[in-house]
Amino acid sequence: MRAGLCTMTVMTTLLVGAAAHGAPDPESAKLLKSTSDHAKFKVLEQDFKTGPEVTKACLSCHTEAAKQLHLTQHWTWEFLNPDGQRLGKKHVINNFCTSVASNYASCTTCHIGYGWKDDKFDFTSQVNVDCLICHDSTGNYRKQPGLAGNVVTQPMEIPPGSGIRVKPIDLKKIAQAVAKTSRDNCGACHFFGGGGDGVKHGDMDSSLASPDKALDVHMDATGNNFACATCHMTEGHQVPGSRYAPTAQDKGGAHLRGKEYTTNPTTCQSCHGQAPHKANAKLNDHTGKVACQTCHIPSYARGGIATKMSWDWSTAGKMGPDGKPLIRKDAKGHVIYTAAKGDFVLGENVVPDYMWFNGKVKYTLFGDKVDKGEQPTLINHFEGSASDGKSLIWPVKVMRGKQAYDPVNKTLAVLHMAGNDDTAFWTNFNWERAVAVGMASVGAPFSGKVDFLATESTWPITHMVAPAKDALRCRDCHASGGRLEKVPGIYIPGRASDHAGWLDAAGWAIAVLAMLGVLVHGAGRVIVSRRNK
Amino acid sequence: MARIYIFKRFERFWHWEQAALIILMLLTGFEIHGSYALVGWEKAANLHTTAAWTLICLWLFAIFWHFTTGEWKQYIPTTRNVLAVASYYTVGIFTGAPHPFRVTRLSKHNPLQRLAYLMVKLFINPLIWVSGLLYLYYNELGASKLAAGLELGSIALVHTAAAFMMLAFLIGHAYLTTTGHTPFAHIKAMITGWEDQDEPVTIQEPGARS
Repeated sequence: MRAGLCTMTVMTTLLVGAAAHGAPDPESAKLLKSTSDHAKFKVLEQDFKTGPEVTKACLSCHTEAAKQLHLTQHWTWEFLNPDGQRLGKKHVINNFCTSVASNYASCTTCHIGYGWKDDKFDFTSQVNVDCLICHDSTGNYRKQPGLAGNVVTQPMEIPPGSGIRVKPIDLKKIAQAVAKTSRDNCGACHFFGGGGDGVKHGDMDSSLASPDKALDVHMDATGNNFACATCHMTEGHQVPGSRYAPTAQDKGGAHLRGKEYTTNPTTCQSCHGQAPHKANAKLNDHTGKVACQTCHIPSYARGGIATKMSWDWSTAGKMGPDGKPLIRKDAKGHVIYTAAKGDFVLGENVVPDYMWFNGKVKYTLFGDKVDKGEQPTLINHFEGSASDGKSLIWPVKVMRGKQAYDPVNKTLAVLHMAGNDDTAFWTNFNWERAVAVGMASVGAPFSGKVDFLATESTWPITHMVAPAKDALRCRDCHASGGRLEKVPGIYIPGRASDHAGWLDAAGWAIAVLAMLGVLVHGAGRVIVSRRNK
Repeated sequence: MARIYIFKRFERFWHWEQAALIILMLLTGFEIHGSYALVGWEKAANLHTTAAWTLICLWLFAIFWHFTTGEWKQYIPTTRNVLAVASYYTVGIFTGAPHPFRVTRLSKHNPLQRLAYLMVKLFINPLIWVSGLLYLYYNELGASKLAAGLELGSIALVHTAAAFMMLAFLIGHAYLTTTGHTPFAHIKAMITGWEDQDEPVTIQEPGARS
């Protein structure tokens, strides 16, 4: 009896204790997660006239921030490929808007800096780092195109002569409300790569600003609500998980707190480990050959925003009957032709292409010899094979294009697209002049001739991870004509092209002959027994 | 007409469960192979694996049973009367000749059956077992480096070939069950255990029920 009472007392104490610990009082729940309220900082009580003035204020406390950012691809737009190729936005050419060179003021709208208007930009300037583009929480911070990343602090007409007045933004309010990065911050540029919403990647567009569970099980705004940085775990402003240095195959386990890791924290495995399938363990046997993304991203551009699947520059420059640059739309109202850019093919809910990928990407850069041929020129090429031990089968978006090149020097063309001058293609629709200025801007020779050649670029598909119930089913690949029909070097049960044709032919022939044999034998017995009656 | 108790309870159970499992595995196996769509690939694969483990269990019991009861001797091959039995099935069965083999408790399979079943037990079954387990544990195999260079395709090839052999056996076996003194005599015996005999048997089963 006494022992019983004693036990009860202990249990009650434990229960009450646990409850008190588990449910904080409403007052403390209201506490801010951050230890500082930027609205109370004296240094932010100013009427900032320019972006750099805000940065100067930020740096007065965050003394090392700009130096950290100077080390990032976000700042340098440069990446040195392990094989020595100099990559990054500053150097590569793609088959969307093609290149940054000679179009700085327009492209650098998406640079995390102020004033990169030509190739003389000072990359050592600390005040030219733009803190707000990543840390604005008001949604009011905008960088208007054509201003080299600068912001509008006086009423302005953009583009000049267009009659469109752009209101200035209130830098003080924005600076006082800075916060951790959100999907909106990253999305301001990354959702709009290639010149518009969803254009470039296919697995990133503005639908991810507030996605539902079906679109992205992690970023689900009413569920897990991941920010980009939840996976792209950033330390000292160094954002991991760049597609220039992708981790195609992560053989490590889930990262534990308190342990030091040198591997990419952005991979699926860095949280889910190597054997994440509990209900059907056979699925874990796939992880050595198949990237998680292959089954768990059944299609891309799923959020209702189309992505560009092909872009034909060669048809650009047509004028409408009214003499104005022509624009054509499809039945859904999507633009499929503009005089400025040529013909597009758009796609929604696109089934990816699949290929072996080991993380190495080879690029075709300015100056590399290219020519028209049977096969399109590969703007970039994913390396990998079934047998190298480093590759997994990855879902990719293949972007097909037709873009300008110099048929005499056999190099891809640098295009001067944007700018208020008489050579920019988007103002004057003259290829020869636009290419001449573009090529001159990188010091490349130009023959004076412009032709167009077919190109392909490849983009990894890794966002828009669907809930488990929407993952691919076995039959999607374990079949003839399935999703992995064209993936070589691996035996896939159920895929007829892997069968030894002679065995199936012989096997079924023997089965059919055996059936015929017994039928004939049986018929003989029936006839004999009838005759004997 | 005399009756003889020839298939004991476990033997009958073993036979029919094995028959059901083999038919199920042929049906699901060729679906996994990609020959047709029936229950869906995922279900086929799950059923096939479950059936495989069930059959392996059953085989372990059957092997134990064969050795402890001495029934394994029923499968010792003999050439005696092979030609006579073969000639019965090709000619005699049509001319009304008597079956040259008489079933007894100690010898319940005719020489052709002995050879056929022995081939199933010593060749087709092991081929399916080994290739099937390698197929199922291909990942572990790859990780252990025990079988470096052994491609999944080769394993699948052997497994498929063995499956075709089993299919051919099944067709022949199912047909030959109809060749008793009535079309269902053998099947009935396999269900009840009792085989009808045309003439009085030489060895009377002591504990036989009537």
